Amino acid sequence: MITTDIIIIGAGPTGLFAVFEAGLLKLKCHLIDALPQPGGQCSEIYPKKPIYDIPAYPEILAGDLTDKLMEQCKQFEPGFTLGERAETIEKKEDGTFIVTTNKGTKHHAPVVAIASGLGSFEPRKPLLDNITDFEDKGVEYIIKEPEIYRNKNVVIAGGGDSALDWVIFLTDVAKSVTLVHRRNEFRGHLDSVEKVQELKNQGKINLITPAEITAIIGNDKVQALEITKKDEAPFNLETDHFIPLFGLSPKLGPIANWGLDIEKNAIKVNNALDYQTNIPGIFAIGDGNIYPGKLKLILCGFHEATLMCQAAYQIINPGKRYVLKYTTVAGVDGFDGTRKEAPKSVVKTID
Amino acid sequence: MDSNDVKITIIDRDGVKHNIEAPTDMSMNLMEVVRSYELASEGTIGVCGGMAMCASCQCYINSEHDLPEMQDDEEAMLSEAFYVKESSRLGCQIHISKDLEGLEVELAPES
Repeated sequence: MITTDIIIIGAGPTGLFAVFEAGLLKLKCHLIDALPQPGGQCSEIYPKKPIYDIPAYPEILAGDLTDKLMEQCKQFEPGFTLGERAETIEKKEDGTFIVTTNKGTKHHAPVVAIASGLGSFEPRKPLLDNITDFEDKGVEYIIKEPEIYRNKNVVIAGGGDSALDWVIFLTDVAKSVTLVHRRNEFRGHLDSVEKVQELKNQGKINLITPAEITAIIGNDKVQALEITKKDEAPFNLETDHFIPLFGLSPKLGPIANWGLDIEKNAIKVNNALDYQTNIPGIFAIGDGNIYPGKLKLILCGFHEATLMCQAAYQIINPGKRYVLKYTTVAGVDGFDGTRKEAPKSVVKTID
Repeated sequence: MDSNDVKITIIDRDGVKHNIEAPTDMSMNLMEVVRSYELASEGTIGVCGGMAMCASCQCYINSEHDLPEMQDDEEAMLSEAFYVKESSRLGCQIHISKDLEGLEVELAPES
């Protein structure tokens, strides 16, 4: 059981900044995110795209924003449960919560902050009738353990960076790698595209374009795929694994069943006070909440995170005195023993 | 109707036809117009914000309008999307202009 002060669901910009604000109040945070890395959409969808409305940054790349937020909250030693989706929540008699992930990891805290944006990112599944029957029986949407492909025949479908990157990686692991894409053009980093071209020229991979997987064939597990090249008759290709990589799309998912008031796929909160939901102790901050006048902006998420932490402090330390401190005056004392502070002014006599 | 508006028809994901007016002077795109009229559930359209990186705003162009040609990123994204037809476009890449008067589009299913 992981124990902390605030469980933050979602490690995007709002969740990461909440770690910093909580840290100033000596509250410790643990973040849960379905993606394997922190940063949310900023890291997953558009890391190389610029953002122009982060205060004091005339321009910053989304991926760099994630790095800066990670650096800013580092001394407050946040815990991370990555690659797992928050599945259930249980309120105990003492008012604290247990959040359990889809992999069974349990987290215990008096406060839960949902900072999950549009939801957890789920793989987009190709429209093949029986594809769900083969999940984990040869069909994988996310590569978690590359070793399972050792000396196996693998077919990857998709035309983006993840398809190209995994083709390159698995060429050295699998017995054979086939890449199927609807077009001859690939959308990826130039060096990845060139590397795949080189592998194709060397005969190390099998490239089938423009083509689509049109059926999965097998009994208990994947045995072959029906592949249809544009304007040609379909043919079957034997394989052990089929890895469709068509990106991820956010889904509210299990949080929808937590008894929270939901409107327009977002969680209703009290914006007059502290962004608490209808369940005391559970807050929603950032793109995933809704209130009159809501704007889905990163900078609004920062503000919401800050007010949420003040309310969390009151829940965790009932009645305890606190006064807002400025970091310039008070400095920042990390949980790791580090201290940041403004340099003292020099007092010296002028003769 | 504002003189800067164009009339367009949007068929939502339940097949319901909406005749709406869209401003040409607010540098809006078709995805944003759909959102401003709430013709698709929040969170199911414009997920990437309009960067041609998610295909959640895919639509089918039913009318015979001459639309600006697809850029590489839109074409690449559509080649990875589902439910794609010959008439598919990404709404976020279609700028609302006077040329769109009378346009009819249908939203592609959510995926």
